[in-house]
Amino acid sequence: MTVELFIQYLVAGITYGSIYAIVAIGFNIIYNTTGIINFAQGEFVMLGGMLSITFLQLLPLPAAIALAVLCTMAIGAAIEMLFIRWLVNPGVLRMIIITIGLSILIREAALHIWGDNVHSLPYFIGNEVSTIAVLGARVSPQVLWVIGVCALMVVFLNVFFQATSVGREMRACAANRTAAILCGIDTRNMVTLSFVLSAGIGALAGAVMSPITYTQYDIGTGLAIKGFTVAILGGLGNSLAAVAAGLLLGIIEAFSVSIVPLAFQDAISIAILLVILFVRPHGLFGSSAAAGLKEF
Amino acid sequence: MLRIRNLEAGYGRLRVLKNISMHVKAGEIVTIIGANGAGKTTLLSTIAGLIRATSGEIRFRDQEITRMPAAKIPRQGCVMVPEGRQVFASMTVEENLLLGGRALEGGAKKELPALLARQYEMFPILRDRRAQLAGTLSGGEQQMLAMGRALMSRPSLVMMDEPSTGLAPLIVRDIFQIIVRLREEGNTVLLVEQNAKAALGIADRGYVLETGKVIIQGPAEDLLANADVQRAYLGREKIE
Ligand SMILES: Nc1ncnc2c1ncn2[C@@H]1O[C@H](COP(=O)(O)OP(=O)(O)O)[C@@H](O)[C@H]1O
Ligand SMILES: [Mg+2]
Repeated sequence: MTVELFIQYLVAGITYGSIYAIVAIGFNIIYNTTGIINFAQGEFVMLGGMLSITFLQLLPLPAAIALAVLCTMAIGAAIEMLFIRWLVNPGVLRMIIITIGLSILIREAALHIWGDNVHSLPYFIGNEVSTIAVLGARVSPQVLWVIGVCALMVVFLNVFFQATSVGREMRACAANRTAAILCGIDTRNMVTLSFVLSAGIGALAGAVMSPITYTQYDIGTGLAIKGFTVAILGGLGNSLAAVAAGLLLGIIEAFSVSIVPLAFQDAISIAILLVILFVRPHGLFGSSAAAGLKEF
Repeated sequence: MLRIRNLEAGYGRLRVLKNISMHVKAGEIVTIIGANGAGKTTLLSTIAGLIRATSGEIRFRDQEITRMPAAKIPRQGCVMVPEGRQVFASMTVEENLLLGGRALEGGAKKELPALLARQYEMFPILRDRRAQLAGTLSGGEQQMLAMGRALMSRPSLVMMDEPSTGLAPLIVRDIFQIIVRLREEGNTVLLVEQNAKAALGIADRGYVLETGKVIIQGPAEDLLANADVQRAYLGREKIE
């Protein structure tokens, strides 16, 4: 393998890896405040792309993306307030069924609105053929957009959770729900906020990746599986580990193309998921003690 | 300060509290003693709003709080230090304390640094451990953190659920000294304890709870002298 090819695979791996990481962080944020896995997470990514494409007919690109992200956040809030909030002590199985149902609902609605065609946003800078040199290899500037925006989101989320009082309250809600209530924190609002945040980061990732990966009504399912694999790989609830795990999965997938046929690429993440669930259910980076405390 | 009338509460179909009436006056330490399973935790949780009362009334500072959402009650000035400490284990000591100040309303938020300094003065060990994760503290330190966290909102009533359980005798003495000091500084304390002797030793009044009912009540000295109480709760065998 030439150095140039190597770098090209690596960059492709990092690009997809950062998208998987964002989807996984979306899973983690909701998991941390509620203990449930929101299988509609991939649909937020799809909505971010689709809505941006629609709004682009009326608005300039940055405004279209911003509006799409805001709309998806509103949808996230609505989902929580309509379907999650009023449940008293929902079981894990019940929640899984509800979120899977929601993902099917959103996907079918998207099929009706946008059809089954492949859509995409234009490249933010240049077009399909413009490239810039990275360590001797030529990559699309859009790739740098994806990596850059995903990295910024991770930094933003870290600052939000560590340095703001609302972020601290969300972590408190995740650490001990009863104690959070006793401190006067309205935990239900924190849960809504976690859906809003997850929807927002998913939608933004969905918009920046749209020019290179394209957007179709059903991309959410595949992304949810990848993101879930990454979340489990990193240890559920651990967002920094999710970044490492996301990049790992993206890079493994990218390089696997040179070994196994493209059609098997998706099978890789499923295989990794199964192996992890059997061998290290608390993830590569998680501790078994922490996993023991969680009911999932 | 706190007045409870004919309170009934439980879990689902299970009725735990039966027709409880009691009150706490400003500046008092009132203790609730009773065996394991008597309903002490259930009673405090109901006052704190974590469990809905099925009937009866809870009034706090002339306001009915019976059906108030649990997250609003600390803002009224009624806080609980829960059984088993319940610190935010994955967060630092200082973050735990700051979260306790969450119940302060708008302008009072400016007092956060002063309140923080006050807790560090009352619990010096917490100052030394301020950057440490709460989950790594010893049991006694966690108890102090839970108390400091509750005091961060300058409450008018502090409810404590078995603060001494599982702690070494020396630490238990410290905890009780702090509770006495709280009263000296004008606080009001509702103290649930299985360690009846120590609790009655510092309390002004007490209630004895048995299977969800108040069976005896009165000034702490009277309870200490009461033959029934002595037999059941102050026996020679030490009650854990
Ligand atoms: N979460 C719960 N669900 C159902 N029953 C409970 C629950 N917590 C406590 N109980 C029952 O309520 C009764 C009183 O418990 P509790 O208030 O914890 O007693 P205490 O604090 O005095 O030891 C017990 O019979 C206990 O089994
Ligand atoms: Mg108890």
